[in-house]
Amino acid sequence: MQWETVIGLEIHAQLATRSKIFSGAATAYGAAPNTQACAVDLGLPGVLPVLNEGAVRMAVKLGLAIGADIAPRSVFARKNYFYPDLPKGYQISQYELPVVSRGQLEIELEDGQAKTVGITRAHLEEDAGKSLHEDFHGMTGIDLNRAGTPLLEIVSEPDLRSAREAVAYMKKLHSLVRYLGICDGNMQEGSFRCDANVSVRPRGSDTFGTRTEIKNLNSFRFVERAIDYEVERQIDVLEGGGTVVQETRLFDPDQGETRPMRSKEEANDYRYFPDPDLLPLDIDAAFIEAVRATLPELPDEKKHRFMEQYGLSAYDAGVLTASREMADYFEAVAAACQGPAKTAANWVMGELSAALNKDGLEIGDSPVTAEALGGLLRRIHDNTISGKIAKEVFEAMWAGEGDADTVIEAKGLKQITDTGAIEQVIDQVIADHPQQLEQYRAGKDKLFGFFVGQVMKRTGGKANPAQVNDLLKGKL
Amino acid sequence: MHEKTIAELAAALQAREVSSVELTEHYLRRIETLDDALNGYITVTAEQALEAARAADDARAQGRAGALTGVPMAHKDIFCTEGVRTSCGSRMLDNFVAPYDAGVVERFKAAGCPVLGKTNMDEFAMGSSNETSYYGPVRNPWDTERVPGGSSGGSAAVVAARLAPGATGTDTGGSIRQPAALTGITGLKPTYGRVSRWGMVAFASSLDQGGPMARTAEDCALLLNVMAGFDRRDSTSLERPEENFTAALDRPVKGLRVGLPKPFFGEGMAPGVARVLEEAIDHYKGLGVEFREVDLPNAGLAVPAYYVVAPAECSSNLARFDGVRFGYRCEDPKDLLDLYTRSRGEGFGAEVKRRIMVGTYALSAGYFDAYYLKAQKIRRLIADDFARAFQEVDVLLGPTTPDTAFRIGEKTDDPVSMYLSDIYTIAVNLAGLPGMSLPAGLADGLPVGMQLIGNYFDEARLLGMAHQYQMGTEWHRMAPGGFK
Amino acid sequence: MSLSRDEVEKIAHLARLAVRPEDLEGYARELSGILAFVEQMDAADTEGVTPMAHPVEASQRLRPDEPNEPDRRDRFQAIAPAVEAGLYLVPRVIE
Repeated sequence: MQWETVIGLEIHAQLATRSKIFSGAATAYGAAPNTQACAVDLGLPGVLPVLNEGAVRMAVKLGLAIGADIAPRSVFARKNYFYPDLPKGYQISQYELPVVSRGQLEIELEDGQAKTVGITRAHLEEDAGKSLHEDFHGMTGIDLNRAGTPLLEIVSEPDLRSAREAVAYMKKLHSLVRYLGICDGNMQEGSFRCDANVSVRPRGSDTFGTRTEIKNLNSFRFVERAIDYEVERQIDVLEGGGTVVQETRLFDPDQGETRPMRSKEEANDYRYFPDPDLLPLDIDAAFIEAVRATLPELPDEKKHRFMEQYGLSAYDAGVLTASREMADYFEAVAAACQGPAKTAANWVMGELSAALNKDGLEIGDSPVTAEALGGLLRRIHDNTISGKIAKEVFEAMWAGEGDADTVIEAKGLKQITDTGAIEQVIDQVIADHPQQLEQYRAGKDKLFGFFVGQVMKRTGGKANPAQVNDLLKGKL
Repeated sequence: MHEKTIAELAAALQAREVSSVELTEHYLRRIETLDDALNGYITVTAEQALEAARAADDARAQGRAGALTGVPMAHKDIFCTEGVRTSCGSRMLDNFVAPYDAGVVERFKAAGCPVLGKTNMDEFAMGSSNETSYYGPVRNPWDTERVPGGSSGGSAAVVAARLAPGATGTDTGGSIRQPAALTGITGLKPTYGRVSRWGMVAFASSLDQGGPMARTAEDCALLLNVMAGFDRRDSTSLERPEENFTAALDRPVKGLRVGLPKPFFGEGMAPGVARVLEEAIDHYKGLGVEFREVDLPNAGLAVPAYYVVAPAECSSNLARFDGVRFGYRCEDPKDLLDLYTRSRGEGFGAEVKRRIMVGTYALSAGYFDAYYLKAQKIRRLIADDFARAFQEVDVLLGPTTPDTAFRIGEKTDDPVSMYLSDIYTIAVNLAGLPGMSLPAGLADGLPVGMQLIGNYFDEARLLGMAHQYQMGTEWHRMAPGGFK
Repeated sequence: MSLSRDEVEKIAHLARLAVRPEDLEGYARELSGILAFVEQMDAADTEGVTPMAHPVEASQRLRPDEPNEPDRRDRFQAIAPAVEAGLYLVPRVIE
């Protein structure tokens, strides 16, 4: 039988607010345990929540970016369950009336086709703390610094049909939230994590199969591997005559498999009801317009502008706009280089990206600033150095030896364009290689390259290649 | 000295007839000799009270005294007090020393009122008799075999017995008004949102409201001046202009339109209570008040709806008491489930557990619509009833309770009959309206309370109407024998 | 609605309350009595009535996004039943 995969993703994006969603505690990552957990976060008796305006703005920002409805009135509800990292015994979330609903995101499939993925809803909620299972005499340690950090849970429609599509969607959303500046997107720190609802059905069927939920996937690779594994597993179960059990599963990256989650075995009854400590969240048109005014250029808009303004291919424009940081960097280089934008694009996607990759750096941490790279490219365009020498200069700049002009000066890499000087070298080379000269003149044209190479070698690569060619031709 | 009202004590302090230290010492001595018979205080904070009294006297000497500077008072043990145990009447919080002050506590500190101690209460404010306290029942100073009402029974008893000039209480379904009625004092539950809930241990968040308990309406107005006000830490606190609740006390009640709710005067009210009410109505008629009957067609559903809404909220509010971060933790938990179930099973008393279970059930899958949602709809009907009534009248008047104080143990085996002792007070909480109880007479030697219910934010009118009554009657001066 | 012992056990578990087996019967009777009482609500026609979650008709106030809470871990953990290395301790949690 031919099977079709059906996937919906629930993505939890930690919002980049400075304080928590319902308290004034800081949200900075990496603080000593429980030093950023105030009385409200700890759920001490008598404390009360007050909603953070920053979190609401960020939710609305996402809603506008995905063309969604912003609810004029949304309601916070309590999701009741006991767990040590959940101090109040309930999570404040949104249930029946989320702040954002009915949006969409366009992704590009591998064959270049575009696909629109529906986003059912995005709602505000608070994060839980962390359980640390290192051995404290057989006990578990609870750190509540993360408790109360604002989350936006973004729920997609079951529109995705493969692990690859799921990853493309997740990457697109990841890029979007970073563009919007509402989430730092740091997946290792758990700022952007994903639960995947996966089911399979016979191709052509219009009903859904039983789904499983794979929890807490915190890298694109894990999402792809976990879904691929889970799809295979479900197909095996069904083809073996079994039935898929609706359950929550965890992905084990070491074994490359998903397993049922033990602690969630018992059926939960979350007893949602409106949180009586919070009033309905009313968002008026003025608020929405104020947020709209702060919206940056979105990735798709930027991509099209790059194609038009800089004459870039769709591919190049896509790569350069994948993150706001890279796009900004590229534009700064293009402005500073005073030459064709294509060269700037090639350098950003080529040398720069390779160097960043090698050192495991983000573009924001690049030791070569966009202005410095632009300065280097300027020296290519004005014939001070060749493209080949430029790579050497770039390496020196990367190593912290100064800007392009400093490096060129210090290393004496300036291109030789003085005809007399080049002629002198050519004359020497010809004089030193009578045999090759004879062969060349006898018709062995290939040796022209040999002479070029000798000239370049003797000038340390600094001779202007075009001039060398012209002058050699005349002399030979 | 303890015969004086808060207003009189404030005047005496201002006239330097007495110092705050003398006054505080006087009350502390009374507590020491008389509270054993009542069990009104869970914790007496003599040292802190005297320190605050000295500071109050200094402030006065330096000309920095406010209206109530130096007047001692007591807090219901549901308000968090920094550095002082805040037990909420529960074993669960027997070891809980609060790391912060409640908003209300801060306000009384700022006003310069020394705090004599923390008063006894039904566990987590769940009860109408003060018998559910982990610290034992409070006794009614009018008859120590009887209950003082609840849940603010400790506050009511110590004010009635002159062991504090005034006290704070909280009212979720009648917990200020019902004990005020049963002990012969005056108590007011403000409009929901008037008084900060920050640091007030939550029972049912959409119903809980702190308020003053004292002997007279004027005293309640003075205390409310301190208590009421916006607190940005409480999302349900309402931003309103500051109001002086004593300003309208002297306004005549002539021409006031007062409604008598039909369902409050039907069967169920004890004859002694009915007679007292009749006399009170006659007194008001003499002052020119116009009475008319009004209907509250859904009032009869208030108690059933309340016993869904309040337990539902409490089942969630009390989930934080889990033995992990504070409070009671069972001995040697064998695993996480054991830690939870035994800490909570041993830390909570029977009535609290009953309500948590009722609330858990009412919110659970399959029952939510029939119980919780149904109750929220009835809540709307009840609020609408009041809104209609207040189109016709300015104030509603009726009994606070169906009968006078009952005997300790009389209703403990029958939760529902206990719940019905709040039959006249609960609807007010569901709607979020202000209500108060003031003493209006005796029946068989026990105090009877009269309830006044106002429209939203109409506390000043209620206090004025009560004050006008107290100007012409003596019931608020009655003191229980043995505590005079 | 009359609750059975099993149902009481289920509710008690959901609410994480230890109930001794010998107390189940009593709870079942009391809770059934309370539920029977509150079912008087059925008498009201609530068709089309908007549920009222809150007594005040107001909107949620928003707080500026500013961290303003100092670190009070020592104070808060002084009242905790079990802490080590700044962490709250509970019996081992298995995922």
